[in-house]
Parts: sequence; C-alpha cells; structure tokens
Amino acid sequence: MKRYSALNLFRGGLEGHKSWPRAWRAPEPKPHYDVIIVGGGGHGLATAYYLAKVHGVKNVAVLERSWIGGGNIGRNTTIVRSNYRLPELQALLELSLKLWEGLSDELNYNLMFSQRGALFLGHSDSDMTRLAERGDSLRCNGIDAELMTREEVGKLIPALDLSPAARFPVYGGLIQRRGGTARHDAVAWGYARAADALGVDVIQNCEVTGLDIVGGKVVGVETTKGRIGADRVGLCATGGSTKLAAMADLKLPIECHNLQAFVSEPIKPMIDTVIMSQSIHCYISQSDKGEIVLGGDPDLYPTYAQRGMPLRIEEVAAQAIALVPALSRLRMLRSWAGTTDMSFDGSPIIGTTPVDELYLNAGWCYGGFKACPGSGWLYAHALAKGEAHPVAAPFSLDRFAAGALIDEAGVGPMPHHR
Amino acid sequence: MLLITCPYCGPRAGAEFTFERPIESIVPLDATPEAATERLYTRDNIKGPSWELWRHAYGCRAWVKVLRDTGTHEVIEVGLA
Repeated sequence: MKRYSALNLFRGGLEGHKSWPRAWRAPEPKPHYDVIIVGGGGHGLATAYYLAKVHGVKNVAVLERSWIGGGNIGRNTTIVRSNYRLPELQALLELSLKLWEGLSDELNYNLMFSQRGALFLGHSDSDMTRLAERGDSLRCNGIDAELMTREEVGKLIPALDLSPAARFPVYGGLIQRRGGTARHDAVAWGYARAADALGVDVIQNCEVTGLDIVGGKVVGVETTKGRIGADRVGLCATGGSTKLAAMADLKLPIECHNLQAFVSEPIKPMIDTVIMSQSIHCYISQSDKGEIVLGGDPDLYPTYAQRGMPLRIEEVAAQAIALVPALSRLRMLRSWAGTTDMSFDGSPIIGTTPVDELYLNAGWCYGGFKACPGSGWLYAHALAKGEAHPVAAPFSLDRFAAGALIDEAGVGPMPHHR
Repeated sequence: MLLITCPYCGPRAGAEFTFERPIESIVPLDATPEAATERLYTRDNIKGPSWELWRHAYGCRAWVKVLRDTGTHEVIEVGLA
C-alpha cells in the first residue's frame, strides 16, 4: 500500500500521478479461509480490518455480492453520534464514536469526519423533559451532552424558525458536540484499502448462494465464484440477512423496510451542525460539497425495492422547511432509498447463532452508519474469540425469546412504528 | 404510490391505507409461548408476494388483507380480513 500523504501527493504530481497503485487488489477466492465475512458493506469491511489488525487473523475473505460502497454504506445520511437513551446502546455507540475519533489517521484515508455537533431540538415542555432525562443519562455514563436554551440554539443555528408561531416552535435542545458527519463512501474505501493491506481478500461480484453445513456446523459457502471453505462464517449483509439465514434454516427477527434520503443543490455554508428533533423524524445537515442532506421516516411497510414512496419526499421537505424556512428556496437534487434490516426492538443483533461457527451481525435498523467502527470491532472480537465482547453481549439473537429487549423508543415488536 | 382496491370503496390511493403487520405475525389466542414468540419475533420476510394486514384508515376503516409483492410493490389481491 502506498501511503497517502502531502509528500507522496507532491511526488505523484511530478510524474503525472501515474505511480498510484489500485486502492485494493481484486483477488480470486482461495479454496479456504479462516474466516469468511458475507457482505462487504461498512460493517463487514470494518470487521475484516479489526480481525486482521487487532486479532491477527489475516486469512480472511470479505465476499460482496455487488461492489464496495454500493449498499447502505453509500445510502445513509452520514450522521455519527452516540447520544442514545439506554445504557446498552450508549456503550455500543460510544465505543464506536471513540473509534471514529482518529480513524482517518489510523486508516490513512481522509474520512472527512467532522465533529460539528449533533443537536436534538425540543418543541414542547415535555420534549425538553425527555431531552433533559436523556442528557442526564448520558452524562452519568460519561458521554458528553449539553442542554441548550432556545436562545443558545438560535445562536448556533440562526436559520431556524424561532418565532413562537412556528409550526414546530423551538423550546431548546440537547447537543452532543462530539457528534457530526463523515464522508460515507470514504469509510467503505478506507476500510477496504486498510484491510487489503493487512492481507484480507476483498472479493467483489461474488454472491453467496448457499451455506455448506455439515452436522450442525458451517464449513464453507457456495458462491457464484464456486465453493469456498471456511472455519468460521460471519453474516453481515443488511437486506440479505433473512435470505442468508434461511440457508441455515434460521428465521430471524427482522423485517426489511425502506429508508429514503435526499440532497438539495449545493449552496454556500448555512448549517454547520446536524439538526434532529425529539418530536419529528427529520434530519438536516449540510455536506462539505454544500448540499443540504435530508432524511425522515421509513416508508412504513416491508419492501426490498430500494425505491422510495413519493409521499415521503413531500413530508420530509415540509418538515425541513417548517424548521428552516430558507430551505424552501432550494431545489431537491436527488432522492434515493436503502433497504434496512428492522429488528423487533430497534437494536442490532451481534453474535452467535444456533449453527456452530456461524455468526450474525444484523438488524441495525436505520442507524447502522454511525456504528460501522464499533460494530466491526465487536464482531471481529466474536469471530476471533468465539464469544461475544461484553459490550455486545446484550445484543444476542436469543434476547427476543428471553424478553430482554433493548427498546430505545419503547414501541414493542412493530418495526414500522419505529 | 400503491393503488389498493378496498372491497367496500373500490380502487383508492395507498396513502388512505395504513400497514398493520404481516398476516403470519398474528398470534392466535391459544398459541403456546414458543409459538407466540415465533409469531411475534420472527418473520419469513421474503422478497416476493406476501399476505399483509392493512387498514383503510383514512377511508371506511375496514381491515383488509392484501397480497403484495415486496420486490415490485404490485398489489395482487385484496380481501376482507
């Protein structure tokens, strides 16, 4: 791997940038690996990287059905934060956020990670009570959270509609200053390049069509590039989890839904923090290119279509304009959708399955991007040691039958109400 | 936008309907705890035709069952639930 640095960039410039090698190899699959990771998204690539880096397991393949960066890793709204309400999720996402800090240096890849702050707005007295409660819970567990008055919020984001007659009047907010955004496809490329440099085979256009299970133990996978043997197989493919698990006769607590996102035409900097809300499902941030990035509710019925319903475009735009009226002057540039693995308590599943040597990482709902480093770290631990990391232990597959749900929103087993 | 033919009202825009849950997830009152857990917390979650419980919530409020393709969004059949 040729390191990216100012000096190497300058040297490259002298020779017309001809000497840069490809960022990662395009290897053919070997007959056998110690660990096969099914799914080359942000989580799968991070898992492979930490397996090689932290645990020294380097005979690893990541099998990707299509291309690196083509799935949800390139379809999210790029928000990173750890300000959750429940301690299990706080531990998981804070581990992830600590890994985000310094990740660009570690991967030698500019992830454009920008800790610009993640702000939840409160629109009523009860919103403020809930935000204060969440802030207290966060600070008790050593995570930064700051309750803001209406005036402080107005100073931070002058573009907000702060009038008392606003459709969603601003009463105040809760900010996590260490939260922010990152360039999402750079995360996939950065992890792929760093994992490849450590010897991991990143194999694209290789779809898993079957799991080779002998006597209750997985010993390999059937793929479109032939059979590949493995000591251990880790499933890590949002949107494909159900289909892959069915190959091992497992039925998962997962329903696939659609989540849309939108960007406007690029404009000069106007919003330098991430705006969310305690009451409405609308996220607003501005990319480094200048586009206003918007996200909202999922489409509310199960689908694999990766194609959003038009109703949601109108709803998200209406909410965004109600919060920041100046956005009404912008043209929407693009809209797209991704398939989310909705679990039945809103929390992910990381760990073992009833099949020996088969592991599962799934059910990240619509919050998987921020967790890429943490999820990879914890899943790599499980795949290397054969048991869950203490932080991942509550997120086991059998928690649903045991009644030990981790339900951040408190909605029960209704993925479309989340 | 989905076009769902309500047995009472005829073809109506999908926006008038709310999705309730897949038919497979309805728990019979006499189900054992194991069967109830499976019904509540696991899904076939297939890409293809799937029977679902919907409600004509912003119309006649009837509960309807809909056979819908989760890959193409085609509404194949609608009946009273």
